[in-house]
Amino acid sequence: MNAAAGGGPPGVVEYVTSHHAEILSWLWSHTWLSVVPVLIGLVVSLPLGYLAARHRWVYPPLVTVGGLLYTIPSLALFVVMPSILGTRILDPVNVVVALSVYTVALLARVVADALGAVPEDVAQAATAMGYTSPQRLLKVDLPLAVPVITAGLRVAVVANVSLVAIAGTIGVPELGQLFTNGFQLSSDGPYYPPIVVGVVLCVALALVLDLVVVVVDRALTPWLRKGART
Amino acid sequence: MITFESVTKRYPGGTVAVDQLDLEAPTGKTTVLVGPSGCGKTTSLRMINRMIEPTSGRVLIDGADTSAVSPARLRRGIGYVIQHSGLLPHRTVVDNIATVPLLLGVDRRTARARSLELLERVGLPQEMAKRYPAQLSGGQQQRVGVARALAADPPVMLMDEPFSAVDPVVREQLQNEFLRLQSDLGKTIVFVTHDIDEAVKLGDQIAVMRVGGTLAQVAGPSELLARPVDAFVAGFVGRDRGYRALGFTTVPSSVPVEREETVRLGESLTTARDRLAHGWVLVVDAEDRPQGWLSEHSVRSARDDLVTPDALNLGGTLATVRGSLRELLDAALSSPSGRGVVTDGQGHLLGTISPAAAVRLIEEHGSTAADAAGRGETA
Amino acid sequence: MSNAFTWLTDPANWHDQLGTPGIPAQVVAHLEYSLGAVAIATAVALPLGLLIGHTRRGASIVTVANGLRALPTFGLLILLYVVISPHIGGRGDGPYLVPTEIVLVLMAIPPVLGNTSAGVGNVSPAVRDASLGIGMTGREVLLRVEVPIALPLIISGVRSAVLQVVATATVAAYVGLGGIGRYLYDGLAARDFSQMTGGAVLVAVLALALDTLLAAVQRWTVSPGVSGRFKAGTAQAALGPAGAARPGAPEAAAEEGVPA
Repeated sequence: MNAAAGGGPPGVVEYVTSHHAEILSWLWSHTWLSVVPVLIGLVVSLPLGYLAARHRWVYPPLVTVGGLLYTIPSLALFVVMPSILGTRILDPVNVVVALSVYTVALLARVVADALGAVPEDVAQAATAMGYTSPQRLLKVDLPLAVPVITAGLRVAVVANVSLVAIAGTIGVPELGQLFTNGFQLSSDGPYYPPIVVGVVLCVALALVLDLVVVVVDRALTPWLRKGART
Repeated sequence: MITFESVTKRYPGGTVAVDQLDLEAPTGKTTVLVGPSGCGKTTSLRMINRMIEPTSGRVLIDGADTSAVSPARLRRGIGYVIQHSGLLPHRTVVDNIATVPLLLGVDRRTARARSLELLERVGLPQEMAKRYPAQLSGGQQQRVGVARALAADPPVMLMDEPFSAVDPVVREQLQNEFLRLQSDLGKTIVFVTHDIDEAVKLGDQIAVMRVGGTLAQVAGPSELLARPVDAFVAGFVGRDRGYRALGFTTVPSSVPVEREETVRLGESLTTARDRLAHGWVLVVDAEDRPQGWLSEHSVRSARDDLVTPDALNLGGTLATVRGSLRELLDAALSSPSGRGVVTDGQGHLLGTISPAAAVRLIEEHGSTAADAAGRGETA
Repeated sequence: MSNAFTWLTDPANWHDQLGTPGIPAQVVAHLEYSLGAVAIATAVALPLGLLIGHTRRGASIVTVANGLRALPTFGLLILLYVVISPHIGGRGDGPYLVPTEIVLVLMAIPPVLGNTSAGVGNVSPAVRDASLGIGMTGREVLLRVEVPIALPLIISGVRSAVLQVVATATVAAYVGLGGIGRYLYDGLAARDFSQMTGGAVLVAVLALALDTLLAAVQRWTVSPGVSGRFKAGTAQAALGPAGAARPGAPEAAAEEGVPA
């Protein structure tokens, strides 16, 4: 089971060919466990951040609560979720909710700062030209805030890929399983293939998701590119 | 005296910021470097305290080569004021001013006491001492910047567009205080600006630079306005320079003013009506200081029986005998009655002067102005 | 949650017994791994960050360090454990401790390095220029001007690192190291949910306490002129182009924290 299967690249190839179905399903669940909380977090953060940018008194409690949630280690949050949500310990919903909480804690402040950073003269000019408040938000403030918000999204999505793997240690099926499997298989001697495959896939997934956000950002902010047509 | 000896600054890539500059900034005087952006004026300034090192040539201060001492030691002996104050945000105003004395090893108590003195000297109240720069307005920050530069009492001051980031009203205040301070202190100042009016107002000597880092002309302000050496300088010095040159000729004490009938605030409108001349009467206060003009129309339509401040036309400017011909002409031109009000040094009324009489005076005394006007626009 | 409360208040859990360390011993162990790693990371990243920020060179080092964030913490821990522990003989915690500390240090470096170099590098050019212009040496500019101005960002980088490391140290219990993480994994293995939840509460409280402590240090060391926390009565609206940005804005601009 261990030394015979060998370490090194040939071992990796063998491991992948014999476990490809499992690996693919883990990769898939890892992907959606990483992405869905970011989408939920964004949807929740936009109105929260807007409120904090619009009403000054909302901002300090938002930052404080966000900071507090941030201090909670992810493993602790995964473990506590069942007793809060009434779910089973291995339910992926725990992971989704916990990571959504982190994303909101990060993004709500980012959205508030980004909307607050729209240059005053631009905002005034838009109002002077007759934009209503909601129109200004959608057509002026939000587009200008996109680069800052996507920067926050990049941090969130890359962090999530690593955090989802930690959920593997309590048995949620995703790429983290490759690490726990590798750990158990190494009890009599090092057996690298699942661990290496896991690290490579996690890094690749993080980079791909980061790239997706960058592409979306570029598509939404054509005016920031050199030689953009107007 | 600061001496540039064929100083050149060439950047890697070949851009020449300053080309073979020879210039002397005399001791105790303000030398203004002025020119369009890219003319190398700031680069020249920064080569004096070695913020930028010359590619070739030497900069001397009182005959000593600046490259002979370490940059930090050199700079501690030279005051430096920049456009956005550059105050240390984490230190209070008093500690900002004390920065250089503390670097020089002065003890904290002495340095602070001196800072408080300087704070007053630049026109800020003592209670500002404990504030942080972020609690000050832009104009206040610039004053603190000037105080900091003066703290170690350096003989030489470098000022890089120190007043260009504040609004025009504050700028004028700061310029006037600069002139007052400089007349007290007599520092050797090199001052960079892109504003020719500021240069003319503040400079004892003005060095106009052109793009490429060469000198176009070095002259005193009236000379510069009267005799620009070429089309570039004439264009840069700008329009109205004949009029502006009048600013350098003082109104003679023998200025031929006409006696003006006046009425005091609080006197009856009937008196005012009796003293109207060509439809206007000048109103003064109890000390004979001019307050404004009263028109025939407002005398007749007023509801009160007395002369009150709110009925006055304040359109005219005032000229003083110690002031410039420019002020005199402006007073004559701006007066609603057509009669320019002239006061003595203390603000008491001397009399009035018509525009025609003001122009005659200019013809007699304003030789430089006439000269400038005679050359016309060459740009 | 009430079970967690019962577990936390049970005196039996607070004493070492039969070779099982009690809660205080596990908390101390957790603190040792965590703070040791932050100390090492800071010793490396702080001088490097100051140098990069001050010279404005070597930004690529920060980029590379930020790339570390894409590594899955847990995967790296397992990998290093499997690679390193067979080579460390003897009993004791060595085989667990060395790979764990390496991972923790790697996790702590990016926030400290990034925030320090950004904090120092973003000091306003006017302030740097004026400081040099009035005769400070490069070293004086760094220590008397750039560090005090960058202090909020530097400390917030250390705060991020601490949170990151305290959280990751919990996961290290998976490979067998002590610390609060033991309660989470032992509780999971034994289906003892009150122990798990109790451990989760403990580690959250520990993280919060450390962060609060550092926030206090930050508040105490950062000049009001930088933080914008002026004494009551002296506050005046900041005006003019040179007026500082809104209080707190520099921190918000480069917040580096990610949960772990």
